[in-house]
Amino acid sequence: MRMIDVADITRNIKEMCIEANHFLTEDMDNVLKQASEKERAPLGRQILCQLQENLEIAGADMIPICQDTGMAVIFMEVGQDVHFEGGVLEDAVNEGVRQGYTEGYLRKSVVGDPILRQNTGDNTPTVIHYEMVSGEQVRITVAPKGFGSENMSRVFMLKPADGIEGVKKAILTAVQDAGPNACPPMVVGVGIGGTFEKCALMAKKALTRPVDQRSEVPYVKELEEEMLGMINRTGIGPGGLGGTTTALAVNINTYPTHIAGLPVAVNICCHVNRHAVRVL
Amino acid sequence: MERHIQAPINREEVSGLRAGDYVYITGTIYTARDAAHKRMQEALDAGAPLPLEMLSNIIYYMGPSPAREGRPIGSAGPTTASRMDKYAPALLDLGLIGMIGKGKRSEAVKEAIVRNGAVYFAAVGGAGALLSRSIKKSEVIAYEDLGTEAIRRLQVENFPVIVVIDSEGNDLYETARTEYCDLCS
Repeated sequence: MRMIDVADITRNIKEMCIEANHFLTEDMDNVLKQASEKERAPLGRQILCQLQENLEIAGADMIPICQDTGMAVIFMEVGQDVHFEGGVLEDAVNEGVRQGYTEGYLRKSVVGDPILRQNTGDNTPTVIHYEMVSGEQVRITVAPKGFGSENMSRVFMLKPADGIEGVKKAILTAVQDAGPNACPPMVVGVGIGGTFEKCALMAKKALTRPVDQRSEVPYVKELEEEMLGMINRTGIGPGGLGGTTTALAVNINTYPTHIAGLPVAVNICCHVNRHAVRVL
Repeated sequence: MERHIQAPINREEVSGLRAGDYVYITGTIYTARDAAHKRMQEALDAGAPLPLEMLSNIIYYMGPSPAREGRPIGSAGPTTASRMDKYAPALLDLGLIGMIGKGKRSEAVKEAIVRNGAVYFAAVGGAGALLSRSIKKSEVIAYEDLGTEAIRRLQVENFPVIVVIDSEGNDLYETARTEYCDLCS
């Protein structure tokens, strides 16, 4: 049994909120750079270069990459031999977000009620997904999610007869409907299988996988590559203003499902696909 | 075509802008997004005055991140314009000449743009740090309680935008992708 003080959780989450909103992970930096070299449209190339310049300014001047610093989505993979002390874990996580968004000059974009819509003023509460795993470590992923792209995300409750062709059509439909609204070039997270909520969660988590890392399942890897190619032939392009770079990656996760179903979730993220990961 | 314009801007000058033009805006523009538009609509419904003059002005759909000390503004990129589609036609009919955002607009907004000889610009989404450099001054002029959604008056210098829908109703989002779309034929 390992004891972890929840104050350590708060401190790490605070730092990770600030880090994720100012610096992309190396795989994202690289894929954007590669895209600007490959893009065929002149305006598209210009936009991709501006996005790289934007990243440089964000890091150098400590201005958030995007003004929509998101709703903080946090994945907590908790080893089952860990015991938390010093307070309630959920409160500690929210306190980390509160401190990160306040002290880090990040935008407070959360309203306390979806209908009454009063801003909570500190970007809490956060959305936390817990997962119990073996061991005595805690792996924290902070993924601030902007809503320009979140609003364009979809769940499709396909039927078994729709098969893989149905899945491809669903992904392409979501991407084409999103078009310029989702700040392309996008990263497309897909969940296939499970239940209604399981596939949505898989799609969200798929966005946190490095964009240069393909699925270990052979047919899923092929599907990721095929869909990326297909999406980049839609012509939507950087900023939706035409070009050959509409998506930077398609990350797909799968899970067993019911004999009667084929749920597919498509969680779209803009090029500011942010996440910070730490293992305590 | 690359152009430089001074905001506020008159109808005659807007009529010369074409979808696809790369435009640098210098002058005064205003911010408003979802909550501010809702309040302006409520003011119009109640017959109350609006907090800013619409005639010849440009509204930027943007809610910034907080400014660090000594800086006019934080990250300041465009938000999705379609969420303002419900409110935009009424403001255009009152003289609003330009909107800056990102993403598609409804047919009703396009019709109001053509009817009033207005223009819809896109700024690059997700480039808020870069765009903040073109904003020299920012001042909340209304609805301060809305926080990031308050209405701000901005002084901008060479703020870079692209004409997406021009005063004749040409829509760059519809035309630009065809050249690179292998799936469209």
